[in-house]
Amino acid sequence: MDFSIALILGQDGITNGAIYALLALALVLVFAVTRVIFIQQGEFVAYGALTLAMMQSGATPATVWLLVAMGVLVTALDGAKALKAGQGRRAAGVAGWNLAYPLALAGLLGALPANELPLALQVVLTLAIVVPMGPMMYRLMYQPIASAPVLILLIVSVALHIAMVGLGLLFFGAEGQRTPSFSDASFELGPLMVSGQTLWVLVVSVLLIVGLYQFFERTLYGKALRATAINRVGAQLMGISPALAGKLTFFLAAFIGALSGVLIAPITTIYYDTGFLIGLKGFVAAIIGGLASYPLAAAGALVVGLLEAFASFWASAYKEVIVFTLIIPVLLWRSLRSHHVEEEE
Amino acid sequence: MRTDRLVLGAFLALLLAVPAILSPYYVTLLNYIGLYAMVALGLVLLTGVGGLTSFGQAAFVGLGAYTTAALTTATELPSWIAWVGASPWLTLVAGLILTAVVAVLIGSLTLKLSGHFLPLGTIAWGISLYFLFGTMESLGGHTGITGIPAISLFGWSMDDGGEIYYLIWAFLLLAMLTTHNLLDSREGRAIRALKGGRVMAEAMGVDTARARMVIFVIAALLACASGWLYAHMQRFVNPTPFGVHIGIEYLFMAVVGGAGYVWGAIIGAGVITVLKQWLQDWLPSLLGASGNFEMIVFGILMVLVLHRAREGVWPILRKLVPVRAVQKTIDAKAETLPRRTLPKAGELILEAKNVTRKFGGLVANNNMSLEVRAGEILALIGPNGAGKSTMFNQISGVDTPTSGEVLFLGKPVAGHDSREIARMGMSRTFQHVKLLPTMTVLENVAIGAHLRSGKGVLSSAWRLDRAEEARILKEAAWQIERVGLKDHMYDEAGSLALGQQRILEIARALCADPCLLLLDEPAAGLRFKEKEALGELLRKLRSEGMATLIVEHDMDFVMNLVDRVVVMEFGQKIAEGLPDEIQQNPAVLEAYLGGVE
Repeated sequence: MDFSIALILGQDGITNGAIYALLALALVLVFAVTRVIFIQQGEFVAYGALTLAMMQSGATPATVWLLVAMGVLVTALDGAKALKAGQGRRAAGVAGWNLAYPLALAGLLGALPANELPLALQVVLTLAIVVPMGPMMYRLMYQPIASAPVLILLIVSVALHIAMVGLGLLFFGAEGQRTPSFSDASFELGPLMVSGQTLWVLVVSVLLIVGLYQFFERTLYGKALRATAINRVGAQLMGISPALAGKLTFFLAAFIGALSGVLIAPITTIYYDTGFLIGLKGFVAAIIGGLASYPLAAAGALVVGLLEAFASFWASAYKEVIVFTLIIPVLLWRSLRSHHVEEEE
Repeated sequence: MRTDRLVLGAFLALLLAVPAILSPYYVTLLNYIGLYAMVALGLVLLTGVGGLTSFGQAAFVGLGAYTTAALTTATELPSWIAWVGASPWLTLVAGLILTAVVAVLIGSLTLKLSGHFLPLGTIAWGISLYFLFGTMESLGGHTGITGIPAISLFGWSMDDGGEIYYLIWAFLLLAMLTTHNLLDSREGRAIRALKGGRVMAEAMGVDTARARMVIFVIAALLACASGWLYAHMQRFVNPTPFGVHIGIEYLFMAVVGGAGYVWGAIIGAGVITVLKQWLQDWLPSLLGASGNFEMIVFGILMVLVLHRAREGVWPILRKLVPVRAVQKTIDAKAETLPRRTLPKAGELILEAKNVTRKFGGLVANNNMSLEVRAGEILALIGPNGAGKSTMFNQISGVDTPTSGEVLFLGKPVAGHDSREIARMGMSRTFQHVKLLPTMTVLENVAIGAHLRSGKGVLSSAWRLDRAEEARILKEAAWQIERVGLKDHMYDEAGSLALGQQRILEIARALCADPCLLLLDEPAAGLRFKEKEALGELLRKLRSEGMATLIVEHDMDFVMNLVDRVVVMEFGQKIAEGLPDEIQQNPAVLEAYLGGVE
């Protein structure tokens, strides 16, 4: 290995690390607010990437029908409840967001020649399809058992991951997809060739992290989420609805996931089941942060990305093994530091 | 004839007759069900009983399968290991040893942490091992290993499905029997306390990290044995059946069948296996594409089960079969457990010196000192939030003081594990009752005797512990009678009134045969007569030489019972003395009633 190869690997590592960092942040956020271990984060990545690819191939992305189906269920549950309570306006609101919006989106996609639209609009449409699935998923799958033990919530996550992979195969087929790059520009930085897509990934990641930071520091909703993460019951007593906090968290997580998918689709080929491994690497990073610390998780993500890049050069067959082995020293360190027995939630 | 034995007998007769009645297709299906049920059984122990879970069980199955495959087919092994390949029975042992070592390694990394680190760790382990199987040339890469010999037993070679059927089901039934036995024992009670009762179990001397390790290793060994059988049934292995997604499927089996029940494993394995066969035939033609679409149905089914019937299918099925639970019998002739000799009255038992505990800026205990002597009841009183329960936690090892010293029987114990302190002879109850609501009163109290007995996992699993178990139950029954709960001995602990639950905690604490008893608000929720009875009991214990430290708000109860009183407010000691003195103390009156402006 010479210096220029190391630079290229480093660039790869940092690019992937930036994505893992985004995912890790979402995982920590979801766990802190809802105690859900968001195994299906990776599927949102794959759904984002493959929905965009399907749109570009000229077909109507099948994910929109999943959105419609989930919307129908949410409308049936929440709409009926609101009607029973005599809250007509509320029922209309529920139906508007969960029924009319997905149907309108499906109609729009059917009418538009989506594959001829500019890339930016395609990306917006992709997010418009995939992101609302996050809060709907929370409503349907987690809200009814929001107070269940972490273990039960984890098993639900795993079950949903399995179902989403199966649906992914049904929607997108077994073929892998790669979307065209956001920009064809490339820059020479000394001996290093930096591609436009790499810059896109880095810039968007940094912007998103800064945006999230501002959201949590400066907005009422952000503060409400932080309060819920610190003390669920206390936050509820202050009037912060745990259901709203859950949906908002899942919205953010789904947004981060789908956007990550759109960003990396030009860099690596995405299959219906690729998301799992990508999401798990986010997990390795989140575990480095103890599922609690954002900066540690982000730093861990860069380590994971770099380790993966260099491992693929030296021992590519064992790349995954090496990355997952990274959690051993972390767990060891945490294990040695833990003293008193605590009751599981 | 007991109905449970009748039903079991009918089931066994049916199993025995299967290869003679059913076609080979169904025998093969039952072989798979048996293999899967064995893995699911491990998850029942781990998830349903122990409150942990693993997504890496398929990897342990793979470890068992690949160990035997590699050893029995290899031709160029170094001689120190080659002899193992001579017989599948030797490779089974090799696989089990290897699995145990791996499980202990993974367990020691994750089991001391919160419960969700084990499943996350096992996902990583499952993926890593899967990739290793697929990439290592010596293991045949993705094509796998062929030509694995059949198992033979006393010259009988099990070549086809109808023959290995008996071996598979014999293994499974043996595993179920040992699991059942294990759960109904001293170690079993400790394991059942893991879910929701760890702090209590530690206070009763149970090493809960070890108990977690025990069930994780057992679950891994069951998976490994299943893999060994699988390899010799299929006669070839490749990495596919050992991936993380199959590991998740095993978890589905346990949860759908009923993760809290030994029989749930068979039911779950049966339901998922049959459903999978059926969906694999039916879904691709319906959807017009080929793929593992049954996973969609399984995923959603799983969520529905967890939403609607978290206990799984087994409890629903069980109601249809007229089997009554068998009540435990107390053997009055069993030897009594040995008792410790209590220190002489007046001897110093507990001494807390300048104990301070800070939580961030909050000083919950500030420079607290107190001492308790044998044959004495000391009351620790004070308004709500004075720091009494925090003080209890510092003394009993649930928490560690920021500074200061706690001497128990002359030895420093601050910062030690609560089970170490329990072993020395301190036993406690909790302000917020901590018991296992679905276990009987008898079993709850028997946990108290954990440290007075010593039979381990293997003796429990193979019923070599019955003499000791009878002694434990006799002791527990005696303590229950002593505190006046005899009529409720076989009731579920969760069905008792709160006051009775507090009394149950005292019986459990006494079952540990302590020389120092810490009681946190024992009289709260008791009726007048019950309070009188409790007072009588505590006086009797005092006369036997027991040292008692009691936190209590009921002043009538305290002042008529105790020898000395320590009063706390805002984490500090504000008074100490005889009950009569304390009732006249101006500082105490001010703390309780507010000062005169």
